[in-house]
Amino acid sequence: MKVVHNRTLFRGLLVALVAGACMACGGNQSKDSGTAATVTDTPETVEQEPPVLTAGMTAGKAIYEQNCVTCHQTNGKGVSGLNPPLAGTDYVTGDKNRLIGIVLNGSNVGLEVNGAVYSNAMPAHAFLSDEEVANVLSYIRNSFGNRADTVSAALVKEVRALL
Amino acid sequence: MKNQTEKTSIVNGRSNWCLALLSGLVLASCNPAGSGKLATDTDNGGLKLPEGFGVLVVADSLGAARHLAVNAKGDIFVKRRNIEDGRGIVMLSDTDGDGRADKQTGFGDYNGTGIFLDSNYLYASSNTDIFRYALDENGHVIDPNAPDTVVTGLIDRRAHNSKPFTIDGAGNLYVNIGAYSNACQVQDRTKGSPAMQPCPILDSAGGIWQFRADGIRQTYGDGERYATGLRNVMGIDWNNQANTLFVTQHGRDNLHDLFPELYDTKASATLPAEALFRLDKGANAGWPYTYYDQEQKKIVVAPEYGGDGKKESTEDYLTPAVAFPGHMGPNDLLFYTGDMFPEKYKNGAFVAFHGSWNRAPEEQAGYMVAFIPFKDGAPSGEWEVFADGFAGVEKIAAPDDAKHRPCGLAQGPDGSLYISDDVTGKIYRVIYEGGA
Ligand code: HEC
Repeated sequence: MKVVHNRTLFRGLLVALVAGACMACGGNQSKDSGTAATVTDTPETVEQEPPVLTAGMTAGKAIYEQNCVTCHQTNGKGVSGLNPPLAGTDYVTGDKNRLIGIVLNGSNVGLEVNGAVYSNAMPAHAFLSDEEVANVLSYIRNSFGNRADTVSAALVKEVRALL
Repeated sequence: MKNQTEKTSIVNGRSNWCLALLSGLVLASCNPAGSGKLATDTDNGGLKLPEGFGVLVVADSLGAARHLAVNAKGDIFVKRRNIEDGRGIVMLSDTDGDGRADKQTGFGDYNGTGIFLDSNYLYASSNTDIFRYALDENGHVIDPNAPDTVVTGLIDRRAHNSKPFTIDGAGNLYVNIGAYSNACQVQDRTKGSPAMQPCPILDSAGGIWQFRADGIRQTYGDGERYATGLRNVMGIDWNNQANTLFVTQHGRDNLHDLFPELYDTKASATLPAEALFRLDKGANAGWPYTYYDQEQKKIVVAPEYGGDGKKESTEDYLTPAVAFPGHMGPNDLLFYTGDMFPEKYKNGAFVAFHGSWNRAPEEQAGYMVAFIPFKDGAPSGEWEVFADGFAGVEKIAAPDDAKHRPCGLAQGPDGSLYISDDVTGKIYRVIYEGGA
């Protein structure tokens, strides 16, 4: 059999092959990261348009970027071994009282989040106002692929009173 | 020679199968067998290196491969951060001489990072203890189920609990006990929480402790605090020329989160310096009271202790031997004493940068192995990137975007440099093939 000798030709072939493979497998990975323009009425499925951010959630995004992003990252996926994800966790989309408690009180106990534990400490954010906490939680409950109802400042106030 | 830059640009998940398919062809046509040299990978395992160096991927899928050590026969011992199938240490052997591990055994049912070899023992650390295993004449562990416990009861409060260590030529063992805190606030990493004065953590952590390598069940009272004021040390190696210890420290985090009025996100992404310290007995590197600002080139008072980002410390704390940009995560340090690499590398320091997480929302940095030339036991030139491309992506927005992260370093008997990756558990072997 004839072996390809010309390395340039060879590399060209390789690139063509790779490009083909990429086109074949490539989906639309570049999801719009910013604000979503449309809302759809699709029932709860894995693949869905991100929900529209309300004014409160937009304010919550700013709180997130100021107070949470270093640890939980811009994509909400956290850091393996250190800080847990906020994407797809029951702590975020589940019981609101528990969620408010974590943000107000912080946590340094090695929570098990989707089967893994994380070594860092989550600081208390009691310095945020009821409204700020409500906004940031409404934001994370509707970002990074999450979808859940919003959190009200009144509920944050109630939970804070119990702490 | 292989052309690394062009090859690495096409290495990604989707093209791996083509590379695998075609690498055989390239190898057959470009690397004549029988030269007595090991055939490195055509894509250098995805890494970019200086001219003349090649890479052979020895093994993959080992799990969170942390520090590693290579015995005189070339067998590799890798410490896993988390046990898999009850095994925290993996031994890799190459029985057919092609440089790739074809035999794997495991033992040691504990998590952890540290591992060290001398001619008689393998030492490994959990997050609280250091164990040693006697070796036979082939450098193999005699009884993997019955190690001696050399050190026990070191503090583990989750944060910074890895216990990297090294041993000098005189039988002294030096172990990092990381501070279980970012900046010694009453409530860790919490805005507005005051700092403790003095910082009580330093009594049992935040420093290097010295023990005997041949002691049994030593704990705090049996050793001594060799150096203090070190937040968390991951790279630790003895320098034979200076005849002293050198370490790499992970600097503090969250300057912007905690003091937004003093530090913007850009400043917070690059400050403070990650530091390489020369550590003589009794040294104090200043944590948590101060940190080193590599841009102002001075030791400044930490904001928790009254600093404003500029105020210089008046205390006599240690200045780094080398100051790197912040948060890059220097996870291992190795002084190169081999004969394989060019003269420039002899006795110089390699530092494996695990890569940052504390730079968000700015782009992350690190994820490479750096080199610092040394002369007579002190740095003799600027640091440079030696091996890059671990992450396999152009831009690392978040750490989990990285496909691989360098973590541990070891030198083989022939002078090869081994690098571990703790994302998928790859072991890279860097070989100098000459300038031809
Ligand atoms: C200094 C790093 C850090 C910061 C800043 C931080 N977190 Fe966390 N967070 C953590 C860690 C670490 C945990 C796990 C704590 C544990 O194991 O006890 C955690 C846990 C959580 C959890 C529960 C577990 C999960 O992943 O679902 C939520 C919800 C959460 N954080 C939300 C937030 C929000 C909202 C903010 C900002 C207001 C924030 N965090 C700021 C580090 C941080």
